Amino acid sequence: MADKMATREAYGNTLKELGAKYPNLVVMDADLSGSTKTSVFAKEYPERFFNMGIAEQNMYGAAAGLALSGKIVCASTFAMFASGRAFEIIRNSIGYTHANVKVCATHAGITVGEDGASHQTFEDIALMRTIPGMTVVNPSDGASAAELLRQVIAMEGPAYVRLGRAAVPFFYSEETAKDIKLGKGNTLREGKDITIIATGIMVSEAMKAAEELAVEGIDCRVIDLHTIKPLDEDIIVKASLETGKIVTAEEHSVIGGLGSAVAECVSQKAPCKVYMVGQKDTFGESGKPEELKAKYGMTASDIYKAVHVMMK
Amino acid sequence: MDYKRFEELARKIRIDVIKEVFNAGSGHPGGSLSAADIVTALYFGEMNIDPEDPQMEDRDKLILSKGHAAPVQYAALAERGFFDVDELATLRKMGSRLQGHAKMGLVPGIEMSTGSLGQGFSVSVGMALANKLDGKKGRVYALLGDGELQEGLIWEAAMSAGHYHLDNLCAIVDWNGLQIDGKNDDVMTVRPIDKKFEAFGFNVICIDGHDFAQIFDAFDKARECKDRPSVIIASTHKGHGVSFMEDQAGWHGKAPNEEQARQAVEELGGEW
Repeated sequence: MADKMATREAYGNTLKELGAKYPNLVVMDADLSGSTKTSVFAKEYPERFFNMGIAEQNMYGAAAGLALSGKIVCASTFAMFASGRAFEIIRNSIGYTHANVKVCATHAGITVGEDGASHQTFEDIALMRTIPGMTVVNPSDGASAAELLRQVIAMEGPAYVRLGRAAVPFFYSEETAKDIKLGKGNTLREGKDITIIATGIMVSEAMKAAEELAVEGIDCRVIDLHTIKPLDEDIIVKASLETGKIVTAEEHSVIGGLGSAVAECVSQKAPCKVYMVGQKDTFGESGKPEELKAKYGMTASDIYKAVHVMMK
Repeated sequence: MDYKRFEELARKIRIDVIKEVFNAGSGHPGGSLSAADIVTALYFGEMNIDPEDPQMEDRDKLILSKGHAAPVQYAALAERGFFDVDELATLRKMGSRLQGHAKMGLVPGIEMSTGSLGQGFSVSVGMALANKLDGKKGRVYALLGDGELQEGLIWEAAMSAGHYHLDNLCAIVDWNGLQIDGKNDDVMTVRPIDKKFEAFGFNVICIDGHDFAQIFDAFDKARECKDRPSVIIASTHKGHGVSFMEDQAGWHGKAPNEEQARQAVEELGGEW
């Protein structure tokens, strides 16, 4: 097994696996099947793959029609166009009808890299989690993406699966990925001084930061909150009560995403200070993913600094 | 063929529409009345449906893409026996199964929640694709407004219907020429409707949408057409059947007061 893989790659491979298990699984794409990796499924099951052209709104409308006729539908395009352009169709035709459509959106966040700001989505988690009944999932690596996709397909109802473009190191093994439960945060490291709640590719950054901080004697708890909705309130409340401080880390705007979800929870159930690491209220630009993560403050070192601010 | 039965049913359905919207105190009578004959023909003649078995495997489906015409769909479903006609009086009220714009899963016969324009047609494409995939005989009918054709999504959906040769899909355009702000031609022209759909790969059939002989003939032609979707462009009059509502944009989304409702019902030969 390679030591790195993009979550979109894991998505394509797992779709192919699930195609055999679910004869009613249908996959759609909007002219990006090579990039979203739905092409892997299309090659294996051409009769169950529909390319809808560069027309995302209609793809999600038609996805609703297929789902309401008994199909499980995975409909993919870049996160920008799925969550942004097609928002109201997803809200009214998929969310309101609770249709069994999985919006599997790739190329989310700053790690889109060179394509620049027009393609770097920081708003998708915020948009999708406001839709009643929508499950929102953001896997951290290839193994967790595969496992979460299996669980998302096995459940009834709409879901948003956030996937990335860039290859990221495997964090979970196939074995440890089996501990992942949709809707439940995963405590990766116990700690009593402060809790870092991370999602997506920021999970491995959080672990790196926690290791450095441990050397300095700061004992960080680290939680992979791969499911942002439904929110695992128990694990968040427990973290607040036991460690008293929370740093959140996401490759998404600090407005409306994981940090907001955590803050909404603790402000009502167990108030504590929350520091949000993520994209500030600004657009991105072209560059290499690692350069951009550094410039826009989404690295282990930014989490490390945030913890120090909170420990003062 | 004698169409008296359908004319009689459509008259009843129009009376139901007036009473529904009057009782609700709000709603969309104009576009409900313009579509009444088409909807009657679909539910009472053309479509393979069964009120005793609303989820029948091979059933035909009507998706009301112009979702604001919900009053006419509710009236037709009730008259067809999908639910009690008395329930029509609950339209738009708290707790009612008859939401202002239809929500699926509440009363039988509503196949899709609509109201946001353009989406019903797109969903119809997915339903028609699913029927093809499963080898089901059911046909999908999508009723569109003319103003609704201004939505870009309509043309995305049309493109995909043509591309996938969905001959089990039939769109019907209720071409009453009016929308909220006035005439289509003044607000944002949609002409030529026929040539546009033709260019997207549709079999185009133009009819008078208040003439049952033409309506049923169009459905026959659509069913017989293979390898491409059909669209029936039905010329209609907004508010048809009620003198003071006819061809008046102002009656798009306004409830009549008691005096107006009484007059409308009486003009339609009903009892107040």
